Amino acid sequence: MKQEKAIIEARNLTMGYGDFILQKDMNFTVRPNDIFIIMGGSGCGKSSLLRLLTGLNEPLGGAVYIDGVNFTHATPDTRKSIMQKCGILYQSGALFSSMTLAENIALPLQQYTDYSQALIDELVSLKLALVGLAGFESFYPSEISGGMKKRAGLARALALDPKIVYFDEPSAGLDPVSSKLLDDLMKNINQSLGTTLVVVTHELSSLLDIGTNGIFLDASSKRIIAQGKPRDLLKNPPNETVYEFLTRGKSENVASTK
Amino acid sequence: MGLTFQCAQENLIVRLSGDLCRLNEETLFQQLYQTAEEPHIRQIQIEGKNLASWDSTLAVALYHLKKIASERKILFCSDTLPKDLNALLDLSLAVDRKPPAPRDNRVDILEYIGERGIETAVAVKKGVAFIGKALASVGKMLTGRAIMRSVDFWTEMNNCGPKALLIVSLISFMVGLILAFVGAVQLKTFGAQIFVAGLVTIGMTRIMGAIMVGVIMAGRTGASYAATIGTMQVNEELDALKTMGIPIADFLVLPRLSTLVIVMPLLVMLADFAGIAGGSFVGIFLLGIPPEEYWKYAWQAFDLTNFLVGVFHGIVFGFVIALCGCYYGVYCGRNADSVGIGTTKAVVSAIVWMIVLTGIITFICEVIGI
Repeated sequence: MKQEKAIIEARNLTMGYGDFILQKDMNFTVRPNDIFIIMGGSGCGKSSLLRLLTGLNEPLGGAVYIDGVNFTHATPDTRKSIMQKCGILYQSGALFSSMTLAENIALPLQQYTDYSQALIDELVSLKLALVGLAGFESFYPSEISGGMKKRAGLARALALDPKIVYFDEPSAGLDPVSSKLLDDLMKNINQSLGTTLVVVTHELSSLLDIGTNGIFLDASSKRIIAQGKPRDLLKNPPNETVYEFLTRGKSENVASTK
Repeated sequence: MGLTFQCAQENLIVRLSGDLCRLNEETLFQQLYQTAEEPHIRQIQIEGKNLASWDSTLAVALYHLKKIASERKILFCSDTLPKDLNALLDLSLAVDRKPPAPRDNRVDILEYIGERGIETAVAVKKGVAFIGKALASVGKMLTGRAIMRSVDFWTEMNNCGPKALLIVSLISFMVGLILAFVGAVQLKTFGAQIFVAGLVTIGMTRIMGAIMVGVIMAGRTGASYAATIGTMQVNEELDALKTMGIPIADFLVLPRLSTLVIVMPLLVMLADFAGIAGGSFVGIFLLGIPPEEYWKYAWQAFDLTNFLVGVFHGIVFGFVIALCGCYYGVYCGRNADSVGIGTTKAVVSAIVWMIVLTGIITFICEVIGI
C-alpha cells in the first residue's frame, strides 16, 4: 500500500526549558485528514508540544516539518506563509474582547486576503453557520457562553480554510453536552472540509470518540511511549501507563487484557 | 478561470475545473445568481468532475445557488462535486443563516439621563462603601487584626519607594529648573533675579513638589494597582479571596494604601529638595547669582509651615492614588478591555481628585490663616 505523504512530521524533536528536558527524541507523523490526539498525563509536555508545533516555542533539538517544509528552521516569511495554512483554537477561545464575533473572524481575512467586504461578510456568516452560531455576528465575546466562545474561536481558526487546525484542550471547562457538541463539530469539519486536526486533550471520552491517530507522552521517561489510534491503544495497551490513563487508573495487569 | 456557466434551455450548467481557491469575482458571481433567478431556469446543474482544489469562497457561491434553487423550488444537481464540498454545503444549509437582527442603538434622552443618574448614584454608593471598608481595614491594622501579609507590604513599599526615587528626583529637578527659568524672565527685567531662589523654594515646598509627586505616582503606581487588581479580577482571583473569606480591603487594598500613605510624604520631601536644586542650577549657572547668595535667599524663603502643608498634601494624595487605583481594579470587568479602561479611569480620577482636594485644602489654609 502506498504510504500517504505526512502533513506534519516531527524528527528527533527534543523540547524543554533551559536545562530541563520535557520530552526527547520525539518522532511522529500526522497524515492528512487525521484527527491526531496528543495524550498524556499532566506535566508531560502536551501543551508545550503544541506551542512548538505552532512556532510559539523553539525546540532544543530536532525539527518539525509541515507539508515537507522545515518549519522549525524556516525564515520568518516562510513560517508566516505556513501558519496561514494553520488555525489554532486556544483553550479559552482567545477571542478579542473588544470585537464582535464577526469582526474576530473577519480579522484574518482582512489581513491576508484581498476579498471585498461583501465576500468577507459572506465568509464570516458561513463560518459562524458551520459552528452553529448563525445570527451571532454582532455579539461580543462577553455576551456568549464558554462553549459558544470555543465554537466562535473555531470559526476564527477556520477563517482562512486551513489545512491543519490545532486544538488546545478543547473540552476544558465545558459541560458534557457542550463537549460532545464540540467533538461532533470537530468530526464534521474533519470530514466535510478535509482538515487535519491536532488535538491536545486528556478528556477520555473525547479522545476515544474522535481520535484517528495519536501519541502518548510520558513525563517520567520523557519519551513517546505509545503511538496509534486511541481506541486501538485501549484495546491493546502497550504498557501499564497507557492502560491506566485510558481506563481512568484501573491498575490491572496489562498482560491480562491482551 | 475555472468557473464558467451557460444556459441550455431550462438548465443552468455551472462548470468547475482546476484550482478554485480564493475566488474574488464578485461581478461574475452576481451574473451567475441573476441567471439562476431567471424564470425559465428549472434546474441548476453543477459539474465538478474536473475540480482540483477549492475553498470557502467557492462554497459561498454554491451556497447561494443552492439557496436560490431551494427558494425557487427548482432542481439543484451537484452529484459530481467532491463529497466533502457537498457535505460542507449540506452543513451550511442545515442551519438558518438569517442575517443578524440589527441592534437597537437608539437612545432616548430621558432614558439616557436616567441611566447616567442611576449609574452615578450607584458609583457614589460603591465608592463611599469602598472608602469605608478601606478605612476600617486601616483601623484593623492599627489594632493588629487585619489579614495582611507583611511580604506584600514590603513588596509594595519597595515598588513605590526606592524604585520611584529616580523618576521623582529627575522630574522634580526639571520642574524646579523650569520654574526658575519662567520666573527669571520677568524678575530679570527689573534686576530682581535673586528672588528666583525664593520663588522656587516657596513654590516647590508649598505645593509644586506634592503635585508633581502626585501626578507621577498616579501614573506610575496608581495605574499599576488598577492593572494588577483588575487582572486578578479577570483571573477570578478576587472571587477566590471572597470565597475563602479573606476581605479584599485587608488583603489587597491595605498594603497598597498603607505604603503609599507612608511613602508619599517622603517622596514629597525629596521632590522639594530636588526642585530647589533645579532652581539653584538655573540661578547659579545661568543667571550668575553667587552660590552663597542664592542659598541665603532660598533659606530665608524656606518656611516650615509651607513645607508641612506640602507634606500633608503628600499624605492626602497617597490616600487618593491608592484608593482610586484599588477601586478601579476591584470594580473592573472581566475582560482585557475592562482592565485598560479601569487603569485609565484610575489615573484620571486620581489626578482630578488630587486637584479638587488641593483646592479644598488651599481654601481651608486660607481661612485658618496658614
